[in-house]
Amino acid sequence: MAELSEDLTKELMTVNIGPHHPATHGVLRLIVDLEGEVVRDLKPVIGYVHTGIEKSCEDKSYWKVIPFVERMDYVSYFFQMEAYCGAVERLVGLEIPPRAKYLRTIFLELNRIHSHLVWLGTTALDLGAISMLWYCFRERDRILDLFEMATGQRMHTRYFQVGGVIEDIPLGFEAKLREFVKDMPVRVGQYEALLDRNEVFLSRTKGVGIVSRERLLELGVTGPLLRAAGEPWDLRKTFDYLAYPEMDFQIPVGTVGDNYDRYRVRVAEMVESTRIVEQALDLMPEGPFIADDRKYVLPPRSELSTSMESLIHHFKLVTEGFRVDPGEVYYAIESPRGELGCFVLADGSSKPSRVHFRDPSFVNLQAFKDMAMDSYIADMICSLGMLDPILGGVDR
Amino acid sequence: MPDAPGLELIRGEIERDHPGAVLATSFDRNQPALIVDAEQILAVLGWLRDTPGQDYRFMSSLHVADYLPAEPRFAVHYELLNRDRVERIRVKAMLADPAAAPSASGNGSSPDDAAANLGASGQGPRTDTPARPQDPDPTLPQIDSCVGLFPTAEFQEREAFDFFGIVFNGHPDLTRILMPDDYVGWPQRRDFPVGGEPVTFTYNEHNYG
Repeated sequence: MAELSEDLTKELMTVNIGPHHPATHGVLRLIVDLEGEVVRDLKPVIGYVHTGIEKSCEDKSYWKVIPFVERMDYVSYFFQMEAYCGAVERLVGLEIPPRAKYLRTIFLELNRIHSHLVWLGTTALDLGAISMLWYCFRERDRILDLFEMATGQRMHTRYFQVGGVIEDIPLGFEAKLREFVKDMPVRVGQYEALLDRNEVFLSRTKGVGIVSRERLLELGVTGPLLRAAGEPWDLRKTFDYLAYPEMDFQIPVGTVGDNYDRYRVRVAEMVESTRIVEQALDLMPEGPFIADDRKYVLPPRSELSTSMESLIHHFKLVTEGFRVDPGEVYYAIESPRGELGCFVLADGSSKPSRVHFRDPSFVNLQAFKDMAMDSYIADMICSLGMLDPILGGVDR
Repeated sequence: MPDAPGLELIRGEIERDHPGAVLATSFDRNQPALIVDAEQILAVLGWLRDTPGQDYRFMSSLHVADYLPAEPRFAVHYELLNRDRVERIRVKAMLADPAAAPSASGNGSSPDDAAANLGASGQGPRTDTPARPQDPDPTLPQIDSCVGLFPTAEFQEREAFDFFGIVFNGHPDLTRILMPDDYVGWPQRRDFPVGGEPVTFTYNEHNYG
């Protein structure tokens, strides 16, 4: 083998990866400085799917904003709905009925499993474990079937409304959901059996992409990335929202904060989420599924033909929407990727003056340089998968 | 969350160390907010972060709201979080639009809570921000960057610059982040029109050469 001179091996090469690249999980562009195969500098370039959702929301009445915000992070749409509806409910001071809290909790946790399944399938695919994709998407499809059964849509369901949820769960849903909840931990065990003894997967993930917990906190990273570094921070435990205070569940944490821990944390979270769904099903109270405040909530369809007052309320809500007194609220929940915050500014009209989402993917992406620095370019791809950015949420 | 008296205590303590930094407080929908002088934003953020007993060491979110037609028009919101006590506090730095003609009187009838509070505190709204010599565009509102205190603000300050044209002095790389680099305008300002951008399709490609 020919001897390479020192300056040749030290030469930096700038490579552009993306925006259209199967390993970037969306349209993320990376400008990478490589020394041989080692990443020496990295800059993410984003904005390729910026669609101005926040601006568009300012032009819609409050209830019409819901389907817009769902489309930001298109894998965890229920979370965007909850962040937005929760913020508006706090703005107008609307308390949602207990059954709605439980229904929302169930769908949020199903969505969390769904999101983690998409993550696990695609990331394992990046590392060569192709079969994981099929297995994960098989279970994901069962969740989408459940969504379709309850809401009529598989994705972007518009199920949460300001004041509760649009409809109660249909007959037969509970049995189907219980069956899923029974199966899911078994399936998770099967995923682990496939990956945890997979030599390729282990050597690609263990000890790779370590960022210290202090640095992650400085960078504002939340969610499974932070928990993998050993910080048990989960908004579901610390803040009081929906039915989470009544639920018994654990926060899985890692020890080293490498890519393997990130994988372990998310997989363990799927099992915890099934526990939450199961408990919520057991504890779910009977009663209304949406608040009874006609100034904000559509009257039941059956009343429209008999009650003039209901008809007027319906007409006002559908045409103009409800007005919200001036004020501003920041409401944050734990999405599958971390703290998803929604800031809504009301100016007294029937349209929000500003809707801003603090998207966890957007903030977490700042940690990517630390994760990938001085690692091989192949490990950078692995770290990107483990970071789990959804570019729809990053770019909004 | 600090309650309303707790918020006043925090205000009093900041006033002791940094007189004039806090212009007003607001406690709306159970969310405490300090409305601070934009010139002293770093002093207040640093105080909240480092003072023993406060320890708001985590910045959840940095975003901008445009309160048009209220004056001052912009507010940079810093959502701080104390993770031990699980308390949030919002810091708002009000920024006037230097491009607008300075108005003689505050807008007392504005729907904006902050502006009303500003009037109540007797400080009066600030109508202009002094331009700094190194700034290329004196028509943009300016504030000090808090990336040194909270590295998480880097992307979020770039986003605020991108959409509202707020210049964060001292930011390491203040460029557009989501809009294209050559874009002109500040699209999330309230006076920026919602409208289409021309897009080339087959039926209209002759219009675009």
